[in-house]
Amino acid sequence: MSGFIQRQRYLIDYTLAALARRPGKQVGLLLVYTLIVFLLASVMLFTQSLRREAALVLASSPEIILQRLVAGRHDLMPADYLDRIGRIRGVSAMRGRLWGYFYDPTTRANYTLMVPPQSSPQQGALAPGEIQIGAGIARTRGLEVGDVLSLRSARGEPYGFRISAILPQETELVSSDLMLLSERDFRGFFAIPDDRVTDIVLTVPNPREVRKVAEKLSLALPDTRPILREEILRTYDAVFGWRQGLVFVLLGGSVLAFVIFAWDRASGLSGEERREIGILKSVGWETGDVLRMKFWEGAILSLTAFLLGYLLAYAHVFYLSAGLFEPVLKGWSVLYPDFRPVPFVDGLQVATLFFFTVFPYTVATIVPIWRAAITDPDAVMR
Amino acid sequence: MIELRDIKKVFNQGRHNETWAVRGITLDLEPNRVTVFKGPSGSGKTTLLSMIGALSRPTSGRILLDGRLLSNLPERFMTQVRRGTFGFVFQRFNLIRGLSVLENVMLPAYPLAPEYGSLRRQALGLLAQFGIENKAHEKVQWLSGGEAQRTAICRALINEPRILIADEPTANLDSALTRELVGLLGDLVDLGKTVLVSSHDPLVFDSARVSRVIEMRDGLLAGGPAC
Repeated sequence: MSGFIQRQRYLIDYTLAALARRPGKQVGLLLVYTLIVFLLASVMLFTQSLRREAALVLASSPEIILQRLVAGRHDLMPADYLDRIGRIRGVSAMRGRLWGYFYDPTTRANYTLMVPPQSSPQQGALAPGEIQIGAGIARTRGLEVGDVLSLRSARGEPYGFRISAILPQETELVSSDLMLLSERDFRGFFAIPDDRVTDIVLTVPNPREVRKVAEKLSLALPDTRPILREEILRTYDAVFGWRQGLVFVLLGGSVLAFVIFAWDRASGLSGEERREIGILKSVGWETGDVLRMKFWEGAILSLTAFLLGYLLAYAHVFYLSAGLFEPVLKGWSVLYPDFRPVPFVDGLQVATLFFFTVFPYTVATIVPIWRAAITDPDAVMR
Repeated sequence: MIELRDIKKVFNQGRHNETWAVRGITLDLEPNRVTVFKGPSGSGKTTLLSMIGALSRPTSGRILLDGRLLSNLPERFMTQVRRGTFGFVFQRFNLIRGLSVLENVMLPAYPLAPEYGSLRRQALGLLAQFGIENKAHEKVQWLSGGEAQRTAICRALINEPRILIADEPTANLDSALTRELVGLLGDLVDLGKTVLVSSHDPLVFDSARVSRVIEMRDGLLAGGPAC
């Protein structure tokens, strides 16, 4: 075993010395290779992180949202529907929600206005005339706690809100454009009657009962549609997956260019390389030794590029907020969240990226060498 | 003792450019001598030496080394025999550019994976023996012809082979270096080695250190079989 390791050490030693002979060429290849891994890994890490973040945020959201439809469009829900639903087995809690959107022509952005639930800590903190705003709004409008934000209400009158707090940065992915306000202000601002709510949310602790509850709701209230949390998660997955796919298509060109470059570099053995293989064989190296040496050459280069690219991607995504891809991969609102994803690495994803970058290059290096290495070494005598 | 029995070698067999490089050679080569194969270009010297040194196989015929059949061994075993028994000095030295003298000399021992310190000491010892230890860390492309030649000899000797094969070793050397080389080859015989040299240089085959001269022409021994 120690002989095997010692042999590999000699082969690696020779490989490193061989690589150092053409530093310009090797460094160029390493840079291009690293860049490709960096781009692919950035996209993968970022979308994965967004998906995970969205899933974490949604984990505390209710299992079912019930919306009223009129002519296939979302409409305000009569508050007495809560009574009509009555008691359904498996539902531990339900409440009406008040929320909506407001287009602010000054910033040309949409804000989400919401009345926090009775149980939330924000509810108690919100006096009439006060709002809490997301960090995105505060940034865009240059607002601080204590300032007054004036918006034009549904009746066309200006409505002044005093800012009592700015929502924490950790939740910015979902709270960047959020405004929390009291029920009285919400109804007054949007002119919503007291007997209406935006929708109803239901808490169903047992996941296996969710679909049955939804079925019962559809029967009891035929003019409503239940939206399940798992459906939202699936939609997020699809949206992020689609965006990731879009970026991958854009990257496809550069990946293809790299593949051609690597293939040309790896497969086209120069006369000097053929001669070198002949010399090694004539001085007593076996075909296997030559192949192992070339394997190490490919492996050292591709592993270095993979590690460098992945580490750079990690820093780019988790410390620099993925500045290169932000507009494509986030950006579901005009207010881009200043959001730092929580570092998270998925083993399967790393393995996939590894397989599609390191493996092809190593194989592309080995095959032509094998063809050259099985020839008789007496060619060097000629 | 190396025995050659009716050795033939053909290149591109069955094609329009078929060439018979060696056309039936039977020969015994004694150990602990400098034996020179002489003859013009294309006489089959290099092809014959490459077959003796297990770099290639004969098309027909048998090669025996100390009574052991060498010519039909599988590639893996041929490599082992080549590595353990033969050392080669090529016409163009065939050193690997970009590597140092020391690295080039140690190269044939890498697959055997000896302890690094002892291998390095052995390589430096050989370089000292041939008077180029001060060049150990220089890249081989900066060496003079004589220094490159000595480096190639050191590389050929690193695995302590019994037989040294040198193919036209003086082709790129001036007269002084040629005489020096012949002297070095003679010294190796004194150390118990067998030396086989191909050359058409009179300074080599006329040297007093050479024990036997075998002349070749058109793939055959000149003047008929010699045993």
